[in-house]
Amino acid sequence: MAANFTLDSNPDSYFSLDDILASQEKVPCTFNTQVSNMGYMDQSTTDTNIVSGTKLELPFWLAKSLDRGSRSIINIDTPKNYKEVYRQIFTADPNVVDLHKLGPYFYLFGGKLISLHLPDNDDIASVLLKTFQGRFRRIMDGSQNTLNVDLTSQVSLLDEQERLLFSAGQQGLHDFQKWETRESEKLSTSTMVANHRKRKRFVLSSKSS
Amino acid sequence: MLAEKALDLIRELKRTSGGTLPPFNEDKIRQVLEEVQTLFEQNRDTAKYAAEGQHDVLAAIQLRHAGIQRNKRCLLAYLYNRLENIRRMRWEFGSVLPADVKYNMCEHEAQWFNQYNRLLANYMRSIGESGGLDLTQDMKPPKSLYVLVRCLMDHGEFETQDGTVILLKKNSQHYLMRSECEHLIRQGVLEHIVQ
Repeated sequence: MAANFTLDSNPDSYFSLDDILASQEKVPCTFNTQVSNMGYMDQSTTDTNIVSGTKLELPFWLAKSLDRGSRSIINIDTPKNYKEVYRQIFTADPNVVDLHKLGPYFYLFGGKLISLHLPDNDDIASVLLKTFQGRFRRIMDGSQNTLNVDLTSQVSLLDEQERLLFSAGQQGLHDFQKWETRESEKLSTSTMVANHRKRKRFVLSSKSS
Repeated sequence: MLAEKALDLIRELKRTSGGTLPPFNEDKIRQVLEEVQTLFEQNRDTAKYAAEGQHDVLAAIQLRHAGIQRNKRCLLAYLYNRLENIRRMRWEFGSVLPADVKYNMCEHEAQWFNQYNRLLANYMRSIGESGGLDLTQDMKPPKSLYVLVRCLMDHGEFETQDGTVILLKKNSQHYLMRSECEHLIRQGVLEHIVQ
């Protein structure tokens, strides 16, 4: 397959869809100065300006660019999901937590939070690592050993990064199986074509019914 | 909230997995560009009259500028990822795309695809001796020269290299040279039978 390493597969890339979606997650901010004519961003008031001291949940990309420079426009606080209470839950048992619900980009967004230099930076960093370490075993186990079992219940608790890992594991397992049964020698329809045909058949059948 | 519509474009792309391209959302792109234009004009007008110490005005300018850059990023990522999809399709579907994919591409994307085709064909012609090397063949290492195939659908007549014409009817089996029928297998017209 030609050029698997494209500009968008690297999650730090400008064009990466995952990076754009992960940087949309909200962080709680307090405004230090008044901001003229941007009152429409605050849904709770009808002022034309944002008053100094307003607390708003801003998307990460906005908070990061307002935080830059000598003019301190906002103060950023840790988001709820990365605070002390949740950190204790993660350290207690990482495997039962539904990371998909706590923001489907838990790890990516957590990594971005570190760049904000919040006071509990070190704790966030260590909790991210420990959670991943704790969950990794089960992900590897699930993806490598269960061929025909329906794992949607396990996969639904994983966040996006973990899902990529999981599907890579499953892909490896399937490839090995195909090699064992010599099915890899068989030329096959490309997956894109198969998906395209399935979707077309579905659309045609729904149109005719 | 700033840049909401641009984010919709990104979400739309994220939802569709490989195999199809959603229709080119020209409408939404126009709305995003209008938002950028509004923000830019607001900034330009306030910047003219802003003095040095007016922190609130400068903060507003910085905020709007961040919005403009975010919109730009989302638009560029949308366009880039669509082109990536189209490029992948060249390698999967061959040099002719299915009609509904072509319908979903915009004019510029179709031009890009044609130019990419031409570029790829020129390159393939120039490498390898005597006439070039087809890179889109032999995606898996070949095990034999001839393959036994079964037809999955009626595909009409097919002329082999040595001139024999074969009628590809559904469920008929043929013993063909690998290089000739590989692209038909990839497209799902034929099925390779392994003993």
